[in-house]
Amino acid sequence: MVNYYVRRTARVFVTIYLVASLTFGLVRLLPGGPFTLLRAQLLRQGVPADEVDARIANLQNIRPDAPLWRQYIDYMGALFQGNLGESISLGEPVVSVLASAAPWTIFVVLVSTILVFVVGIFLGSLQAYWEGSRFDQLVTGVSISLMSVPFYVVAVIALYIFAYQFGWLPTAGTVANGVERELGVPFVVSALKHSVLPILSYTLGAAGGQALAMRGNSIQVLGNDYVQVARLRGLSDRRIATRYVARNAILPMYTGFLLLLGFRLGGTVILEQIFSYTGLGYYMISALNANDYPLMMGTFLVITVALVLGVYVADLTYSKIDPRISAGESDEAY
Amino acid sequence: MKHTETDSTGVDWRSENASAPDMSTSERLREVYEERIRTPMVVAWADWRTRFGFIILGFYLLMALVAVLGLWREPSTSQAPRYLMLFENMNYPLGTTASGVDLAALIIHSTPSILLMITAGAVWATGIAVGIGTLAGYKGGRVDRMLMSFSDLVMAIPGLPLVIILAVTLNPENPILLGVIINISYWAGLGRSLRSQVLTIRENDYVEASRTMGVSTPKIIAKDIIPNLMPYVTVNFVFAARYVMFASVGLYFLGVLPYSTQNWGVTLNFAYSGGALFSWSAAHWLLAPMVAIMGLSLGLILLGQGMDRVFNPRVRTRMAGESKSTASDDEDAGVTEVL
Repeated sequence: MVNYYVRRTARVFVTIYLVASLTFGLVRLLPGGPFTLLRAQLLRQGVPADEVDARIANLQNIRPDAPLWRQYIDYMGALFQGNLGESISLGEPVVSVLASAAPWTIFVVLVSTILVFVVGIFLGSLQAYWEGSRFDQLVTGVSISLMSVPFYVVAVIALYIFAYQFGWLPTAGTVANGVERELGVPFVVSALKHSVLPILSYTLGAAGGQALAMRGNSIQVLGNDYVQVARLRGLSDRRIATRYVARNAILPMYTGFLLLLGFRLGGTVILEQIFSYTGLGYYMISALNANDYPLMMGTFLVITVALVLGVYVADLTYSKIDPRISAGESDEAY
Repeated sequence: MKHTETDSTGVDWRSENASAPDMSTSERLREVYEERIRTPMVVAWADWRTRFGFIILGFYLLMALVAVLGLWREPSTSQAPRYLMLFENMNYPLGTTASGVDLAALIIHSTPSILLMITAGAVWATGIAVGIGTLAGYKGGRVDRMLMSFSDLVMAIPGLPLVIILAVTLNPENPILLGVIINISYWAGLGRSLRSQVLTIRENDYVEASRTMGVSTPKIIAKDIIPNLMPYVTVNFVFAARYVMFASVGLYFLGVLPYSTQNWGVTLNFAYSGGALFSWSAAHWLLAPMVAIMGLSLGLILLGQGMDRVFNPRVRTRMAGESKSTASDDEDAGVTEVL
């Protein structure tokens, strides 16, 4: 077992290392190469070439005149020390920009994903119990219609109704301007108010999908012999529902959860733009529009690291929840 | 074990067309047609989901055809009065935008490239997933470990940000290339779940029989393994297509992708930045692309849900009224549903 944990932990580092190398490659692939534009601009302003190179090296930790392997080592070395370069458009270190942005994104993604699963599991199991009833048909219909609405459409409509027309909720930002950024009642209230719409629009459609998946799983579990036996043994309905059916029906949704987490973290790029919610996704797009490559790559890297860690935690806890999961592969090779 | 491979003089008992030697070709064709095409179609049509799904998709195909054949005017600025409402002028049934562009033309002329894009993306995602999933699951051992580590790595990269960076880097204008880029990492999760299915399928007796007879690995995978996966793959094909549409419209909406082709997302973006959110007189500008997106996605979901029934043998007999089984075979069709 210890062996498994060690291997799993090692994989986290390998993955992060590979993704970091990927960003290095992508920086070089970007149109015009690293900072051709900026370099030309500075040279035209009469800044000496040496100084220009030094300034660019400071921005992305890449010296344009060094050989490729040297650039790679410098880049990775800087990353290792937590230096993601400096944002061109904001004039701040990328790390400090992202450190203030990441909590918002993680908050929204975490809360909405938990909601998706709670609502989905609850509705799905009720549907399975009353399979074929009017309730089942109604929820299935609603789920399918909700699934066919992309979250950004929900977001735009919700923004239109609740923020612009009724004015109940703020239209943009993470907290109101006048509120001090320290932990206190006004801050929390303001932050919650600003997060209601993003979370709501990010939850609705996905919850419908999870409800359908949970319904299918539960119906399958309900048909199993051990559920019949549990009934014959005279166990209470509540016990059967929670210990026998729900547990077995929820487990297959786990693989889906890992995938979902990745897609949802990525999806914030669109979500945060609509609500001008200054999280990671928001900065990624604004960096993109400003040709701010260090910030863009830094955001990409941080989102990836968040995902890798999330999956890691889920993986470790999963083997605790489901004792059947064997940590090693014992399959014979053909 | 390889000797049977060269043993071609005896009765060819391995060949698949020796299963019914006293059958003529036309009879066999008819049987295949009955088994593979007619029965599934009847079952599919009997389910309202697939019926609606097919009708909706057919409608979009028709729209694409109208656009390709040029039966509807091309969108251009000032071709009509500005801010016409829905059905206000029957020449422009969906109304017009702030710059007097016919909205119906915008919607219709976006359809061909979107259909092309979602098909390309879905073919790419399911194709790679089937290839990697079956190979890893069937071969096991080192091949399995390598392929799965690779797909774990791909899964660890969040989809949309990667797509955005690739889109900026490559600046794709061809809808087929765009579809592939959007689904560039979609196969990883699907490949993983296909692998776990293959792990159980490969323990079946007939697979073992093929192996002891010395049938080559590609042939076993193609003949014995992949047919068992088809239901799951078909359902996920539909979901992959839907993801391409959601993501592409979303990215066009953000203005990340180059505006080289018409897309509902482009219309949505112009409507959004044109202030359609603030006034009722422009609401239809925002609504038309939204309805187009939701319609296509509804069609795809219904088709996916219904396909599940077609391929699910237990449900099939239940429809014929022979069995009361309520169990659903499919564990997690739709789990890979996203966005």
